[in-house]
Amino acid sequence: MSTEVKDRETRELAKRHIEAERPRLEFGSAWEYAPAPESKDHVRLEKKQGLFIAGEFVAPKSKKSFETINPATEEVLAEVAEAGLEDVDAAVRAAEEGYRKYWSKLKPAERGKYVYRIARMIQEKSRELAILESLNGGKPIKESRDVDLPLALAHFFYHAGWADKLEYAFPRHRVSSIGVCGQIIPWNFPLLMAAWKIAPALACGNTVVLKPAETTPLTALALAKICQEADLPPGVVNIIPGAGETGAHLVNHPRVKKIAFTGSTEVGKLIQRATAGTGKRLTLELGGKAANIVFEDAPLDQAVEGIINGIYFNQGHVCCAGSRLLVQESVAETVLAKLKDRIATLRLGDPLDKNTDVGAINSRMQLEKIRELVACGVEEGAEIHQSSCALPERGFWFPPTFFSGVAQSHRIAREEIFGPVLAVMTFRTPEEAVEKANNIPYGLSAGVWTDKGSKIFKITAQMKAGVVWANTFNKFDPSSPFGGYKESGFGREGGVHGLRAYVELS
Amino acid sequence: MSTVPVLPFDPASVPHVDQVGIEERAASLGKRSIKKEAKKTGIRLAISMIDLTTLEGKDSEGKVRQLCQKAMRPLPGDPTVPHVAAVCVYPNLVPVAREALAGSGVKVASVATGFPAGLVPLPVKIEDARRAVAMGADEIDMVIDRGAFLAGDYGKVSSEILAVKDASGDAHLKVILETGELETYDNVRKASHLAMAAGADFIKTSTGKVAPAATPGVVLVMLEAIRDFYLDTGRRIGMKPAGGIKTSKQALHLLVLVKETLGDAWLTPDLFRIGASTLTNDLLMQLAKESSGRYQNEDYFTKD
Repeated sequence: MSTEVKDRETRELAKRHIEAERPRLEFGSAWEYAPAPESKDHVRLEKKQGLFIAGEFVAPKSKKSFETINPATEEVLAEVAEAGLEDVDAAVRAAEEGYRKYWSKLKPAERGKYVYRIARMIQEKSRELAILESLNGGKPIKESRDVDLPLALAHFFYHAGWADKLEYAFPRHRVSSIGVCGQIIPWNFPLLMAAWKIAPALACGNTVVLKPAETTPLTALALAKICQEADLPPGVVNIIPGAGETGAHLVNHPRVKKIAFTGSTEVGKLIQRATAGTGKRLTLELGGKAANIVFEDAPLDQAVEGIINGIYFNQGHVCCAGSRLLVQESVAETVLAKLKDRIATLRLGDPLDKNTDVGAINSRMQLEKIRELVACGVEEGAEIHQSSCALPERGFWFPPTFFSGVAQSHRIAREEIFGPVLAVMTFRTPEEAVEKANNIPYGLSAGVWTDKGSKIFKITAQMKAGVVWANTFNKFDPSSPFGGYKESGFGREGGVHGLRAYVELS
Repeated sequence: MSTVPVLPFDPASVPHVDQVGIEERAASLGKRSIKKEAKKTGIRLAISMIDLTTLEGKDSEGKVRQLCQKAMRPLPGDPTVPHVAAVCVYPNLVPVAREALAGSGVKVASVATGFPAGLVPLPVKIEDARRAVAMGADEIDMVIDRGAFLAGDYGKVSSEILAVKDASGDAHLKVILETGELETYDNVRKASHLAMAAGADFIKTSTGKVAPAATPGVVLVMLEAIRDFYLDTGRRIGMKPAGGIKTSKQALHLLVLVKETLGDAWLTPDLFRIGASTLTNDLLMQLAKESSGRYQNEDYFTKD
């Protein structure tokens, strides 16, 4: 026993000695960037917010409300109404009336004009919405400004164009709308997810009742205000904040014709069970544990950027995050060394600082989940590497982390952590990479990194994932259908494929 | 005589560069918000890194002497503004520059080796460098043979660098890759590794005579090459972007690229220079604006 320990200690000492002599890059405090906060002056935040039903903001019949906070500081931002069973019913009936009296009677081109108008208004209020998104959700302003907002408004612009051209999306079919759609969205891209749900639904002639995530109701309510200002006919869009219970009421409401859900696989399964046999149409966009495959002939420095983007973008709160790195064994040491250096320059802190790369974890609950799985990774024997960045006192934070020496049978390699934590595994041959990548119940996305074109075609074709990227990651477009295989769900959002869920064909 | 060990260069081992990826990364580093104290510090740092350059056929003693004044005192009457790193001229003007700059701390850099095309016989290139040093140049900016490089004759390119390094004695050698003519990022990376292995003290993007020159993507590729070379060998090689750098915004972007790729050690004129001529005044105007809150008029800043 003691010889083993002594051997190990000697090896550790030798390793440290060698590392001390090796050249090291120092990313210290020479020329520190000054704080560069985005001003909050643009944001008009109502301290008490109601439900948006039939074109008006109303107090909840449930008489209940909840506080929503800024996860970076834990300060309360507003008190938001919580929709109870009667409120959900009122919203559904408002959506029915909106459909019957107004929306289904409009010429498709007129519908398109409303959707364009909403797009333009989002564009005009982009800065305010981006700040609000970062305040309520914790993501860096750099991301909400440069990714969330542009994509959200692009979604409305794109779908506005489809409103009067649906016959071309489904040739040889008669296209009609469904009616009232119930939509439940997550907290990782609150406004963007609302756009992904509402835009196609409206363009196809449906009306919606949308429940934003319980920790991030504010931008959905801001979108409700925009719908009101756009003079959208009452009941076409209804926004009802609440938690799991509100969502369940919506899913179970007998007069909702279609449910669209984005969230965890666990809840997705519950919803599928609940809607079975009801005749309700269903689409699910669930979790993922994407493989980011880096071959030895990849442009390694750019692959490292892709890995970083894949897992630390939005703090890893991304269903299609590249949370498993499969790196060819011959370049594993090089890539790990580059990763270690690279995470040293990731700036973690105030989401409203324009130089922040990594923001706050969305909630205490999520932070606990991340901590639990990370502790599990350490316990199961994987080697942990973490950025040594300082964490602010208040708020929910987790430093960029990666594990090396991971195997398929580690929990951190199979379970979705939904945080800034990467699991690194090695492979020897392309066949092995494909096998490992697909050997998981999820199938939402994948990344392939190689400079060899033929390898790109060959490997990407074998990925059992709905979204596959080559030499890039996290690229989205409203015209590109997004969705998963296997337990990552079914149905697509975006493009012609995405319209399918919102129409009746005959 | 050079005591730097020459390293083998294996073109097959040079990493490839993905164009989309490198340009995205370089652009994203341009989104860093540098304000207030950080901006002032950055501007002053950038000024101290400038190689104030004049490389025109019509350069004369008078022109160079006046440029040297600007180099030593970029903003007359303001001692907080540092002098630039060096003045860069053609060989014939080296004695003038040396005399004008004596005792100031500003170095004299001379282009050599048949600048800018470099298509003269090797003995002429060597003599060009040797004489520039003899006339008083502290630094030599040489050009590589791009024709030979693009034809795959890496041995020729390397041996020329070796010979010029030898002829330069104690003067420090910058090797100009002329990235605009190399065109691809893979070539820029390859040429960077080749030059460093052959003994360059600095690698430099361009002669300033060919566009595109020091684009953010090209600069980042070269910085990554320097980083990997350092981690492999322990030797720190300097970097100099030149050509088309006119604004403070560009200069600060360059500093961000250096800081976030190479770290603290390279944020010094000993390891990073900016080849520019009109940049100085934009830096001074931005500095004045940060300090006073008001935008400035060009007439308050001397062109030389």
